[in-house]
Amino acid sequence: MARPRGFRMHPSPIVMALVLAGCGAGGPAEDRRSEAIEVRDEAPAVDPATAAIVTGRVVFVGEAPAATPIDMSEEPTCAAKHASGATAETVVVNPNGTLRNVFVYVKEGLGNRTFPAPSEPVILDQDGCVYHPHVVGVRVGQRLTIRNSDGILHNINASPSQNRGFNISQPTNMESTRTFTVPEVMIPIACDVHGWMQAYVGVLEHPYFSVTGEEGTFSLAQLPPGDYVIEAWHERYGTQTINISLGAQETRSIEFRFDATTAASAVVPLGAPVDPHDHHGETTRARIGAAADAR
Amino acid sequence: MSTVATATAGEAQVHAGHDDRSFIRKYIFSTDHKVIGIQFLFMSLFFLVLGGLLAMGMRWQLAFPSDPAHPLPGGSLLPETMVNAGIVLPEFYNSMVTMHGTIMIFFAIMPLLVGVYANYLIPLQIGAPDMAFPRLNMASFWLAVPAAILILAGFFVEGGHAGAGWTSYPPLSVESGYSGVYNGQVLWTLSIIILGFSSLMGAVNYITTVVNMRAPGMTWFRLPLATWALFITAILILLAVPVLTGALILLLFDQVLGTAFYKPDAGGQPLLWQHLFWFFGHPEVYILILPAMGFVSEIIANGSRKPVFGYKAMVIAMISISFLGWIVWGHHMFQSGMNPLLGASFMASTMVIAVPSAIKTFNWLGTMWRGDIHFHTPMLNAMAFVGMFVIGGLSGVFLASTPVDVQLHDTYFVVAHIHYVLFGGSLFAIFAAITFWFPKMFGRMMNETLGKVHFALTFVFFNLVFFPMHRLGSNGMMRRISDPTQYEHLQAFQPTNRMISMWAFALFAAQLIFAFNFFWSLFRGKKAGPNPWRANTLEWSTPSPPPHGNFATTPVVYRGPYEYSSPESDEDYLPQDRPPAERPTPAPEPVPAGG
Amino acid sequence: MDGWLPQNVSTFGGEIDSLFYLILGIAAAIFVIVEGALVLFIIRYRHREGRKAAYIHGNNRAEFVWTLIPFLIVVFLAARSTGTWLDIKSPERMPADALELRVTAKQFEWNVTYPGPDGRLGTADDFVRRNQLHIPAGRPVRVTLSSEDVIHSFFLPQFRVKQDAVPGMSITIWFEATEPGEYTLGCAELCGTGHTRMMASVTVHEAEAYDRWAREAAGPDPSTLGDGI
Repeated sequence: MARPRGFRMHPSPIVMALVLAGCGAGGPAEDRRSEAIEVRDEAPAVDPATAAIVTGRVVFVGEAPAATPIDMSEEPTCAAKHASGATAETVVVNPNGTLRNVFVYVKEGLGNRTFPAPSEPVILDQDGCVYHPHVVGVRVGQRLTIRNSDGILHNINASPSQNRGFNISQPTNMESTRTFTVPEVMIPIACDVHGWMQAYVGVLEHPYFSVTGEEGTFSLAQLPPGDYVIEAWHERYGTQTINISLGAQETRSIEFRFDATTAASAVVPLGAPVDPHDHHGETTRARIGAAADAR
Repeated sequence: MSTVATATAGEAQVHAGHDDRSFIRKYIFSTDHKVIGIQFLFMSLFFLVLGGLLAMGMRWQLAFPSDPAHPLPGGSLLPETMVNAGIVLPEFYNSMVTMHGTIMIFFAIMPLLVGVYANYLIPLQIGAPDMAFPRLNMASFWLAVPAAILILAGFFVEGGHAGAGWTSYPPLSVESGYSGVYNGQVLWTLSIIILGFSSLMGAVNYITTVVNMRAPGMTWFRLPLATWALFITAILILLAVPVLTGALILLLFDQVLGTAFYKPDAGGQPLLWQHLFWFFGHPEVYILILPAMGFVSEIIANGSRKPVFGYKAMVIAMISISFLGWIVWGHHMFQSGMNPLLGASFMASTMVIAVPSAIKTFNWLGTMWRGDIHFHTPMLNAMAFVGMFVIGGLSGVFLASTPVDVQLHDTYFVVAHIHYVLFGGSLFAIFAAITFWFPKMFGRMMNETLGKVHFALTFVFFNLVFFPMHRLGSNGMMRRISDPTQYEHLQAFQPTNRMISMWAFALFAAQLIFAFNFFWSLFRGKKAGPNPWRANTLEWSTPSPPPHGNFATTPVVYRGPYEYSSPESDEDYLPQDRPPAERPTPAPEPVPAGG
Repeated sequence: MDGWLPQNVSTFGGEIDSLFYLILGIAAAIFVIVEGALVLFIIRYRHREGRKAAYIHGNNRAEFVWTLIPFLIVVFLAARSTGTWLDIKSPERMPADALELRVTAKQFEWNVTYPGPDGRLGTADDFVRRNQLHIPAGRPVRVTLSSEDVIHSFFLPQFRVKQDAVPGMSITIWFEATEPGEYTLGCAELCGTGHTRMMASVTVHEAEAYDRWAREAAGPDPSTLGDGI
């Protein structure tokens, strides 16, 4: 019986206050659905007096590829929820030339600091046969609550390479909860009943991650001063890193630039765009060298 | 054929007189075939109930597919990975389907027919003090226990229990990425491997005992048909189970060692599993019906007070079934991608195997014809066997015709067929056998009124549940789907599905009568003498229950097992070991073989 | 329930149906005879005071008769079935001038590859539709079946078509639709947790309407994702 295990609960008022503060710090115009829940936990390692912040945006250079339409006619319940037709979320370029659904996070530099997992779950909702959000971050040990808002059969197939995966179903409206125990960027999630559905979950041990939304911006606040490697991950255009040195109370602004050619030169990251026809993850995990699932 | 009769005569006397074994040696780790048979009985009855509960869960889901207004009763006791918000999850439905089949076939019906009655009856019916290898016999039961523990453990592991059907086709059963099941599938595989060894140990014992330990005068054609059936079944087990075990070991290697016997991407063949599995699987279904046929022959002769009609034909028919059973396995694979010419040859052999079963049916009817029929509970259940087995056999003819099978394969038509032969056939025979040999096992009768009520309700509800499934299947309802309403062509049949479920709940409830009767009678049943049914076979010449060692002196057999209403007897039965009446001529006439 | 079988819209479906009804008739007759005898004997030979059973061990002539007759019946059925079986499944008997399609089964969808404007499968202008099978009426269709993952089974109940799709194997089947309309393709082999909903819509078009559909449909596939990664 897989009750979620391993999460730690910290229902203290200070955490609640920090959470509320953190939610406000995400940037005014970002789409809440594509924004990772930014929780600021009770982290004694972080001294608010010296905390710094890294903000920025992810720019897409060049002509945005045309949005690929999704034919949902086989599922009328979902087709009805997309009056003007649904399009794939693989590459979404915002009107201001920025790239949406880029997962930006602190890859290195936090040292031995620990950050207890929050008690609130992260919600991954299936609505209109589309995962909301498309890219989301979750903490190690934090509950990921998968919700079926469509009332029809959905399958949730997670294919991590470091974590224990799962392949579960929800025949109607309900919620299922899972947790991940090992940091991993990114875990692809797909629905085997509706082959166009795709989501990515980034599992981290710290709260410093952000997903770009409608404005293409991100924000990593309450960072202790130090040297960091910040990575931006996109499911098609790969990853890029920027090294920064943060001083106390510094506000740094950085910019990532992706274009069509970065896809060709990108190191295929964990959870690269999943070919729904690739069952053993050969293309997905080719460069990582992890063996295909053999349970 | 001579036997080791004289040597064992003395031993039997010794055993019957002295029984100073400890409690543990007498009832727990016992080498006495009767105790082992009863141990199998209790274990199998437990699994019969569990298998029935799983079927109830399936029927609830089929009646109210994913309907929040009808949450699964008891669903709140189950974890969220099985039943979420009262709704059966598809992965749990697949596990219920898989485990219902697995438990019913391997842990209920097979041990009830063979583990119980081969053990209990064979030495008694042939006049032997025990099995040829009593300690091997004890090992056979105790090896079944870890297999049972493993099969139960699968319900408690992460990822749930096996979910690839009792047929466990790869690649679904070897890749957890496809099924979402992890250790459950491995536990399933291990459990059946171990159970196979338990069956093989039993089979070796049964064959050796029947060949070597028959009492003087017990020639082959004076053997009761129950013993014949169990003997032939044991040979089938001996030859078929190793194939399954081999196939399972390859499956296990694919599951945990990364081999690729069945994995196509690495050069393996999914069809290899199907051939190996069904090469075992078809003899397996005869393992599941032959003992039942044997019991039914005993009981119908007894209930009709008349010899079995065509005893020799019955034996030859059983032997034919067991031979032909080896060359029909492909009929489970007609649509698998096999060469169609090969399919046609399997069709021919499959059609022909209907004939010996038909012969047996006519012989049972012939036994009742011009009989003096007493409708005791075992007789009622045995007659139901005949009636229901005919239906199961007839539905098999549809499936045997390969073009018709195109429409019917993997639909509820097959579900109807298998339940008519396994429930309508084997299980009614088991009810008959339990009731018939209960007094011998426990020294008390089961309650006759409760027995009749249980029979009547079971018979009616059984048909109401399974007959409509023939039409569901021919109209295109596939097997193993958790929600038929997803398909437009099946939505019109949802009321039928719901009605079947209602009758199924009633059917399950009716079994409580049997359970109550069984347990109540263990303590409060009317005390039974040695031969309450006025039968002829050797077990009825012993006390009820028989002592350790069975017979005070080795019996001598003078005639066949079905000398009911014989002119030689004042009563309407004549036991096999009753010496013939004094005749003027000094030497008694030899009894005709088979008579 | 509406009878035993769904509507039939395929050319060889009628042969299968008539075999089904033939067997049904024979089975019904045997059922009546055997079950009737059982009931008759229960009534006629029930125990009554003074009744004695007949001491009869058998009758060889009866054994012969009731061995021979069932044998003849089943041999007849096997022979009668063989022709239809080979017509349906034998590669040598498949119609030559058929529309070629490829169907690849995958958890839990049917991906149909159409030949595209050049009319040939395996060329660059092939296009794929997920869960949509479009075929013309009155023209044989040859489908090459395979699977990407586990064993599925291609089941068209209204066409009397069923064939397992086995990974690692390419299996060819054929059928011909007689009537335009909307029908169902379902999966008839347990294939995982979505088995209950692995279905595709089957649209049979009039012949000219089919050509029109095929031309319009041969654009970029809106229903598959993950192509061209």
